Amino acid sequence: MSVPAAAQVCTFEVGDLRFAIAVESVQEVLRAQAMTPVPRAPEAVRGLINLRGQIVTALDLRRRLRLGEGPEPEMNVIVRSRGEAGSLLVDRIGDVADTGGLELQPVPSNLPVAVREVTHGVLTLPDAILLVLDPDRAVDVSARPHHTNGVTS
Amino acid sequence: MDDDAEIIAEFLVESHENLDQLDRDLVALEQDPGSQERLASVFRTIHTIKGTSGFLGFDRLEALTHVGEHLLSRLRDGELTLDGALAGLLLRMVDTVRALLAVIESTGTDAAADGEAVAAVVAELERALARGTAAVTEPAAVATESGDRRADVPEAAEPQRGIMDSTVRVDVDLLDDLVQLVGELVLTRNQILQRTDGQADADLSRAAQRLDLVASELQESIMQTRMQPIGQVWAKMPRIVRDLANQLGRVVQLDMEGHETELDRSLLEALKGPLTHLVRNALDHGIEDPARRAALGKPPTGRLSLRARHQSGQVVVEIADDGAGIDPARIADAAVARGIVSPEQVARMDGKEIMQLVFRPGFSTAAAVTNVSGRGVGMDVVRTDIERIGGSVDLSSQVGVGTTCRVRIPLTLAIIPALVVGDGGERYAIPQANLVELVRVEAEQLASSVERLAGATVLRLRGHLLPLVSLSEALGGPQHPLLRGDRAGRDALTVVVVQSDGVRFGLCVEEVHDTQEIVVKPIGRQLKGLATYAGATIMGDGRVALILDVQGLAATTGVDETPAEEEPETPVAVADLESLLVLEVAAGRRATLPLRAISRLEEFDPALVERSGDVEVVQYRDGILPLVRLAPAIGLADASAPAGRLCVVVHEGAGGRVGIVIDRVLDVVETAVVRSDVGRRAGVLGSAIVEDRVTDLVDLAAVVAR
Repeated sequence: MSVPAAAQVCTFEVGDLRFAIAVESVQEVLRAQAMTPVPRAPEAVRGLINLRGQIVTALDLRRRLRLGEGPEPEMNVIVRSRGEAGSLLVDRIGDVADTGGLELQPVPSNLPVAVREVTHGVLTLPDAILLVLDPDRAVDVSARPHHTNGVTS
Repeated sequence: MDDDAEIIAEFLVESHENLDQLDRDLVALEQDPGSQERLASVFRTIHTIKGTSGFLGFDRLEALTHVGEHLLSRLRDGELTLDGALAGLLLRMVDTVRALLAVIESTGTDAAADGEAVAAVVAELERALARGTAAVTEPAAVATESGDRRADVPEAAEPQRGIMDSTVRVDVDLLDDLVQLVGELVLTRNQILQRTDGQADADLSRAAQRLDLVASELQESIMQTRMQPIGQVWAKMPRIVRDLANQLGRVVQLDMEGHETELDRSLLEALKGPLTHLVRNALDHGIEDPARRAALGKPPTGRLSLRARHQSGQVVVEIADDGAGIDPARIADAAVARGIVSPEQVARMDGKEIMQLVFRPGFSTAAAVTNVSGRGVGMDVVRTDIERIGGSVDLSSQVGVGTTCRVRIPLTLAIIPALVVGDGGERYAIPQANLVELVRVEAEQLASSVERLAGATVLRLRGHLLPLVSLSEALGGPQHPLLRGDRAGRDALTVVVVQSDGVRFGLCVEEVHDTQEIVVKPIGRQLKGLATYAGATIMGDGRVALILDVQGLAATTGVDETPAEEEPETPVAVADLESLLVLEVAAGRRATLPLRAISRLEEFDPALVERSGDVEVVQYRDGILPLVRLAPAIGLADASAPAGRLCVVVHEGAGGRVGIVIDRVLDVVETAVVRSDVGRRAGVLGSAIVEDRVTDLVDLAAVVAR
């Protein structure tokens, strides 16, 4: 199954992986913000940030995708999902790429499940492969009521 | 009377709007007589006016709309067809209704209206009913009583603004936006106050103070626009109760108290369903039929009372009946029969736990599904609905005597006072509504006051054992250092005593910051499953702080409801209990002030005391705090040692803040005060025995007036 890709995507990196989200879903990109940790929250939740009076949950995309530990993520990609804003913490921000003519290809089936479950598909560019994130699923981690510590998940 | 006036005012606004719609509907109907939709709309409007006017005792209006409604029902049922003559007649009825409303608006009753004119229209409507159509009559007899009305209104009366001119209907979304914006303003104000605190620039400080004042007033006014009296929900209750009583064959007297109790409109809206449900339950499961009541020796008329009041920043609504009460054995049987719990589980439960079973999903004792209740959607839905708006429900019942259901809900959800505490370098807000008191346990007293029982930590507090929970541990971190026995650099344990419903416990925190107004903000769906947080807020420095959910903390840390003997059972006893601040004055004499009159305890360096006229003052929170020395004010020698810090309790009354200088605070006690006239003098109301010692009861009003 192949679907035409969004006309423009915003790209960013976590470790050596390159991701993309349709620009319509991205509200803004911010540098590291003062963050309030949330004890007992799911592991991927790094904390809460104050986005002009609105409280936004910041998710560490690396932890969300179970990619192991890495350096402190520097950038906030604020995405809108189901009426709420959420922040994905990533290492680096790339360009906005024109991808209108490309086809969205299925995610290779040997990628880790954690990556596959939040990815729509891939865009293969001559020099790179972009994993296209589903913003709704990327910011969706649910808290388990009696999760006692943030070590495992 | 004021209640009535309010209800009437609402009725007038609503009716005026409905009548305008009705005019349009009638005119449209003439063009298209077959429109069932329009007919139904007209019928509803007249029906509503009839119902309310009957309830409010407007006999003429009721008589008129009654016959009008009858005619409309014939039209609706197709027994009559609307022709020009009938439409004209109906429009005249609308005009007469309007004229009667005008009389009601100016005099508060319809008795002053031109009875004959009304009777003429009524007669004509009746003729039309009898005849099956309206005769073409002269339209001259339009019953406007403007002449008579003028005679009824005192000549001197200023042209009053009509009800339609003095109120404006505002889109609720707009109000919500305003609340949102004012929340932002409050946060910005907090940030600015924090930054201007201690600044030398006097102009800036003044501007900041002004901002503070304006923002507070604006916030209050905006919250006010969203406040509505609970009477709005109650207005529908007499009708519901009447219909249900007829349907179920009960005789019920409904008493309602506290119509004027106001709460945020969104909460009011959310409360409607649960309250109606509880009233239904009271009639269906509570109050028995007259024969049964007579057999039990009860008066045949059952009593249902609805009471609303404000209590410590919350609205408390009680639905009480004098019916059969809830039999724990029946609850247990029903719960087992429906597979909610096993017989073994029931065997291990006490009465109170069994009562809680009615809140379980799927619970019902009704043998048959009736029209009224017993469809399996029951108390669990009530509880869920009420908890969703930050409230709680509890039931108390005595078999054969009655059941009382108590619903507690916050006044508003948007901006609340909260205590900010610190733990692990982060700040957390505890809603003031959950706060009972702050207790400081000195490190050297730890061994004697804090005990470990089977792994649980408890505090001996005034003869009771209070479960202790360490905040950091509740949040998944380590136990509080002092509770671990690590005393390094810490001289006291700070315990915030919190309460939510039946649960009361002490939360051990590292630091207590201050009390402030916080704007409650929702947290993302990722965190909704965490019971420990009620939301989040933004602090003065722009950082986010989490708001603790006391109930959720109790649940996650395994603190259960406090056994009943610690809490006095009867509400009467609770009302008599008073929290008192016990003080020492004049080197060794004991006096007490009601705790609710005290906003803060402060200490000042005596060197900071200045004089203004013959009043001692200190500079306090960007203002001037007048001081009253308590000892001379209550006729004791001012023997307090001049050295050391000045201990001051701050009272915030209608006349502003006043600082009352005392020697020291001895204790805070909750006790039933039995006042004796012994020792009564200027500044002293009398005395009472508090903690086994005779203690002066300070007449705060008299002391402050000095």
